[in-house]
Amino acid sequence: MSVERDVMEYDVLVVGGGPSGLSAAIRLKQLAAEAGKELSVCLVEKGSEIGAHILSGAVFEARALNELIPDWKAKGAPLNVPVVGDDVYFFRSETAAFKMPGLFVPKPMHNEGNYVISLGNLCRWLGQQAEALGVEIYPGFAAQHAIIEDGVVKGVTIGDMGINHKGEHKADYAPGMELRAKYTLFAEGCRGHLGKQLIAQYQLAKDADPQHYGIGIKEIWTIDPAKHKPGLVVHGAGWPLDLLGTDAMGGAFLYHFENNQVVVGLIVDLSYTNPYLSPFDEFQRFKHHPVVKQYLEGGTRTAYGARALVKGGLNSLPKLTFPGGVLIGDDAGTLNYAKIKGSHTAMKSGMLAAEAAAEALFAGSEGGDELTGYTAKFKASWLYDELYKSRNFGVFLHKFGALIGGAINWIEQNIFGGKFPFTMHDLKLDYASLRLAADSKKIEYPKPDGKLSFDKLSSVFLSSTNHEEDQPVHLVLKDKTIPIAKNLPMYAEPAQRYCPAGVYEVVGEGDAQRFQINAQNCVHCKTCDIKDPAQNINWVAPEGGGGPNYANM
Amino acid sequence: MKVLVSVKRVVDYNVRIQIKPDGSGVVTDGVKHSMNPFDEIAMEEAVRQKEKGKVTEIIAVTLGGAKNEETLRTALAFGADRAIHVKEEGEIQPLTAARALAALVKKEGAQVLFTGKQAIDDDANQTGQMTAALLDLPQATFASKVELDAGKATVTREIDAGLETLEVTLPAVITTDLRLNEPRYLKLPDIMKAKKKPIETVSFADLGVQPAPGLKTVKTAPPPSRSKGIMVKTVDELVSALKAKGLV
Repeated sequence: MSVERDVMEYDVLVVGGGPSGLSAAIRLKQLAAEAGKELSVCLVEKGSEIGAHILSGAVFEARALNELIPDWKAKGAPLNVPVVGDDVYFFRSETAAFKMPGLFVPKPMHNEGNYVISLGNLCRWLGQQAEALGVEIYPGFAAQHAIIEDGVVKGVTIGDMGINHKGEHKADYAPGMELRAKYTLFAEGCRGHLGKQLIAQYQLAKDADPQHYGIGIKEIWTIDPAKHKPGLVVHGAGWPLDLLGTDAMGGAFLYHFENNQVVVGLIVDLSYTNPYLSPFDEFQRFKHHPVVKQYLEGGTRTAYGARALVKGGLNSLPKLTFPGGVLIGDDAGTLNYAKIKGSHTAMKSGMLAAEAAAEALFAGSEGGDELTGYTAKFKASWLYDELYKSRNFGVFLHKFGALIGGAINWIEQNIFGGKFPFTMHDLKLDYASLRLAADSKKIEYPKPDGKLSFDKLSSVFLSSTNHEEDQPVHLVLKDKTIPIAKNLPMYAEPAQRYCPAGVYEVVGEGDAQRFQINAQNCVHCKTCDIKDPAQNINWVAPEGGGGPNYANM
Repeated sequence: MKVLVSVKRVVDYNVRIQIKPDGSGVVTDGVKHSMNPFDEIAMEEAVRQKEKGKVTEIIAVTLGGAKNEETLRTALAFGADRAIHVKEEGEIQPLTAARALAALVKKEGAQVLFTGKQAIDDDANQTGQMTAALLDLPQATFASKVELDAGKATVTREIDAGLETLEVTLPAVITTDLRLNEPRYLKLPDIMKAKKKPIETVSFADLGVQPAPGLKTVKTAPPPSRSKGIMVKTVDELVSALKAKGLV
């Protein structure tokens, strides 16, 4: 069935309005202005507005922003809360914690000069800067397919609007248009659904280690002003996850933000092994730890959300270029896990890609080729140096646990300056790490108390998530029988637990058991696409504008 | 026939509203805003009337700060021919808005002012009515069906007892209810074109409007949270529980 599609052509198309995409768009326009040339730049974003799908801690390192917009302060960038203190805890049990003396905190974990920010608000501001420079930004439109002709990426097709759950056209059907460009920069963030296909199609990851992921769950709380210490940054490892073991790794954060707000979150590595583990419930019980409770008690939870993050670092980084396009930011995987920061690295990668694209276009390129200049610039940049120094961090943790791995990392970072003369590799795939349910211990999570901890549905409600009801399910099972026939007996269908939004349920009894997908709840975190042991769930973009409407995340 | 459509920028209906800790209002910083859904219906109606050949020109108007421009861009993407931004920062109360709209209806010689029956932020449900009163024009509120003819409009309204059909002479004010129509998806090419259309900016002073800050927000408070339910095992238990609460 072919439909007539409107077509627009640009010099550069950016897919995704996060830190990397927006920085790339801004940089392109800056370079065009400096050179006195015209560059048409279009950016599409599946969220209902710029920032609606952005979720991050976030402690922000301003290095890339300083380069991109040196007068960001005068222009009102929302960097209002400088970090005033770094507390690092090892949580030994649900009540005990050991505060690490500053001396033993590895260098990448020091945050002097950084800011506690809302990355969503920074992106909103970057969006305004980009529009002021002439970037055309279209939120509420999801890139559905990459247009590939003769092996060359020519742009994207925007998803159709007005298709019902059976796949038929509704009265208000509107075909998505084709956005074509000389170069397309894919900036969808962790596990972008187009990035994933491009990595496969162009075999971009064939020389890289497997990618590794985590799921980050975050809440915003308004707390008692007497307990609020703007700029205090708290990180922790250990309970409720492993401190010495490697079955369930991850880390927690609690940052004191502005307006008596505290953001609190837990990152669970998706290499966890127990199929009964529920990142959501681990996070809920984590908030009862005295170190956390002391701040949250008596406060009000105002927002909730979750997003997968990419943490394989340099070893897992795919090839960045293919004919007609590049991957930037976490669509490639530029997050620095040792720093637990990906915003400045994503921004820098976008800027480097923009510089390469601008150079090529100014030299008369008609596009369609590989922007190898981007790879060269990347290798010569501080971004590469930074990722190189951190390349072993995740592997140390996965192999030796948080405590021992952390100690080895301290030695590498603080004594060897991040440059051990060897590189470690972590070749186990996250989706292949689950043990069979029969070999695993069931985890009984405490009931939420409604004060510090909550159930999933009331949490999802706080993400202001909405999807048009009558549309095809955007979580596509390659084989519909696998959840009940295989995943359920083997792994007690872990989707019910790893999904932080209650999308997946096994309902009914005995032979009537079926796998239910509540796609409307989906907060677009992509965890299912990553962790399903059968790799049977394919996350595709729903109708544009759907998904969470995060504020201040 | 020239029509004016008034569109307001409000916190998006999907957003879970939060009250500022000091009770002075709701949190709007960093929160997604969009066109008031009832105004979208008004906009859609104007466009449909134009498609039917009843309307020749649609002028969208909004009142508010710089960010309201995006609401006007949405209106232009719907199909407004031009847009007027009454640019004023700060709170604009219904009577002030009505004065500005009245001035614009007069200035433009609009035959109909279409606007949502109310905005979902303050739920005031006053602006359309007050504009009609200020202009001494007929009004048809809560429209669920509109037919425009030369010099008159036939409007079906949803009322408690069912449907009521009114005939009003034009010019008139028509406020739109939920079931009037279902607004269309905005198409990307239309949004692209809307970006390039000019927007006329005016101030209250230009319109000779005196702001009327007659209302003062004393306090904003969230609704009481629902208390936890109890599980009953039998009908008898249910009846006695309801009796104990004095509900039966």
